[in-house]
Amino acid sequence: MGIDGRHHAATVLRRQDMFEEKDLEKIKAGKDKWEQGPVGKTLSRAPERKPVFTSISNIPVERLYTPLDVARTDFDRDIGYPGEYPFTRGVQPTMYRGRFWTMRQYAGFGSARESNARYRYLLRQGQTGLSVAFDLPTQAGYDSDHALSMGEVGKVGVAIDSIEDMRVLFDNIPLDKVTTSMTINAPATVLLAMYLAIGGEQGVSFEKIGGTVQNDILKELTVRGQYIYPPKPSMRLTVDLIEYCFKNVPKWNTISISGYHIREAGSTAAQEMAFTIADGIAYVQACVDRGMPVDSFAPRLSFFFNSFTNVLEEVAKFRAGRRYWAKVMKERFGAKDPKSMMMRYHVQTGGVTLTAQQPLNNVVRVALQAYAAALGGCQSLHTNSYDEALCLPTQDAVTVALRTQQVVAEESGAADTIDPLAGCYFVEALTDRIEAEIEDYIKKIDAMGGTLPAIEQGYIQKEIQNSAYRFQREIETNERVYVGINKYTMEEPPPTNLLRVDMSVGEIESEKLRKLRAERDQAQWKMALDQLREVSQTDRNVMPAVIEAVKARATIGEICDVWRDIYGEYRPKEFV
Amino acid sequence: MARERKIKIIVAKPGLDGHDRGAKLLSRIFAEAGMEVVYTGLRQTPEMIVETALQEDADVVGLSSLSGVHNYFFPKVVEMMREKGLEDVLVVGGGIIPLEDIDALKTAGVHGIFGPGTSTAEIVDFIRNNVRTREA
Repeated sequence: MGIDGRHHAATVLRRQDMFEEKDLEKIKAGKDKWEQGPVGKTLSRAPERKPVFTSISNIPVERLYTPLDVARTDFDRDIGYPGEYPFTRGVQPTMYRGRFWTMRQYAGFGSARESNARYRYLLRQGQTGLSVAFDLPTQAGYDSDHALSMGEVGKVGVAIDSIEDMRVLFDNIPLDKVTTSMTINAPATVLLAMYLAIGGEQGVSFEKIGGTVQNDILKELTVRGQYIYPPKPSMRLTVDLIEYCFKNVPKWNTISISGYHIREAGSTAAQEMAFTIADGIAYVQACVDRGMPVDSFAPRLSFFFNSFTNVLEEVAKFRAGRRYWAKVMKERFGAKDPKSMMMRYHVQTGGVTLTAQQPLNNVVRVALQAYAAALGGCQSLHTNSYDEALCLPTQDAVTVALRTQQVVAEESGAADTIDPLAGCYFVEALTDRIEAEIEDYIKKIDAMGGTLPAIEQGYIQKEIQNSAYRFQREIETNERVYVGINKYTMEEPPPTNLLRVDMSVGEIESEKLRKLRAERDQAQWKMALDQLREVSQTDRNVMPAVIEAVKARATIGEICDVWRDIYGEYRPKEFV
Repeated sequence: MARERKIKIIVAKPGLDGHDRGAKLLSRIFAEAGMEVVYTGLRQTPEMIVETALQEDADVVGLSSLSGVHNYFFPKVVEMMREKGLEDVLVVGGGIIPLEDIDALKTAGVHGIFGPGTSTAEIVDFIRNNVRTREA
């Protein structure tokens, strides 16, 4: 279904320009007078700091915004009401007046035992959801004793090899009371299967289990690098998970379509939103192509974005993204259920904005970024720790990060009224501008044949890399100031008390694996893997077989190897 | 008349780390600075990196790591380069590397370590000033 004017026209009941034509003329005359008079006079005495002002995403920023910049805005069509199409103002009718966003700190390191202790600490401190960071071997589908796992076990997240580790990870954490987000992509089916199985052991039915798997393989291909299989079979696993959950695990968010890493890789705010929506379109199309009605699965799609320090630009980005996605779902895919049109999303503050220099300054950056996320209407939030440009966060730094979002929620007032920046001339103009940039990119990507061809040609990667390069140049030529990097620098003692992950985690995990392989029921294990192999060669959904395999104590490496045999491994072309 | 050969640099991502913004950005900066750049892509074992350095007859090997595995991988690469007779190849590294790790990495034979916030010009200068000189 293409974008056609009829759907659009039907949603506009009446034109409701925010300003009358004659008022605009008056404002225009007033602004001209102001520019020629007071502004001209001041400029003749003292020029402005720069000839051109731009946002961190290189969007030009004018001296002053007035109703003239939103002259074509139609209140009902473009702004409207929270919980109603096009959701510019938010996805729920009462937003944070009902309840705050979910405070969800991404955490995990070392063994399952250590991570379980960190989770329980965070829950005691008032965190309301869990977010699991897995180590790189787990993310790449290797067991802890694989050659490529050397040095990496437990480093950037928790090491999970089998259901045994998963049981320890959620020890004493009731899975019907918390929701859990898992940053896992290529092997998402395996970790979800383990989670569901542990829920079963706790007596929690599939209907009651809530949470999210990232399951977003496309951004792994462009910016994050944790892929295993070629794009096609990868997409098949992604869609299998989505299909299985909408039939069996109704409260599970089956994918978290992620712009976060796109931004970390150097994109602008508009590119972050545009390329994420392009990925979203590809997933929805793949599910529709599988034969799923759009309103059956789309309500469980979720998103994940970054938040940088330029508060107003971030707010505009979130508003523009919500509005554009709603249009895509309604007009392009013909969704009827409003839930299918809602861009619900998690936010993490910008990791790449943190400096190793004068690290306490990062507390301020994170506060502004969290404030932007709240003003922008996020559903859940992770606030980074100030020491993350140096190492994994220490418990003290994590506590400050969590408190930062609690201050934003409880003290700043951002949570008391909905979409408070709506109607701000600048924010509305910027929202329009970013939406136009998103639309532009989507048209270009459509013209290339869709998201996957655009990735294969390196188009998306190169656009992001060019933005990263431009930003670096701006910093190095002092065109843009970064506090503590190219201005206000100072000598400081090296930081102390960094969190270290012991190299011995790798050996301990390997030992556990040896024991597991020796002790498990070999016949049951072999049968489960054979069954998985058979199903994976048909077009039947793999999820039931994956669940049986993890219950039979097959390891993540063994399961992923079955698919490596069948599907092969992805070796990307590098675009530098 | 003898003229200096272009500096040839391998930019490599050891281990499973997928953060390649820095590696790709520097690849472009090195190329603009007149160097010949080979970017390995992700998931390189020390063996693969050393093999590439050997095959390409590289003057410099640049290692990028943001997943906390530098203390394992960087010395390993240096050690294997020595075994292959690549002692005169300059080895530099960058990424999320705590200051307190730098001394040990240098003792292990990594010539330069560049942490977050380093200007790219500083890295280019370091390479130019420390690389072996060869005639074309």
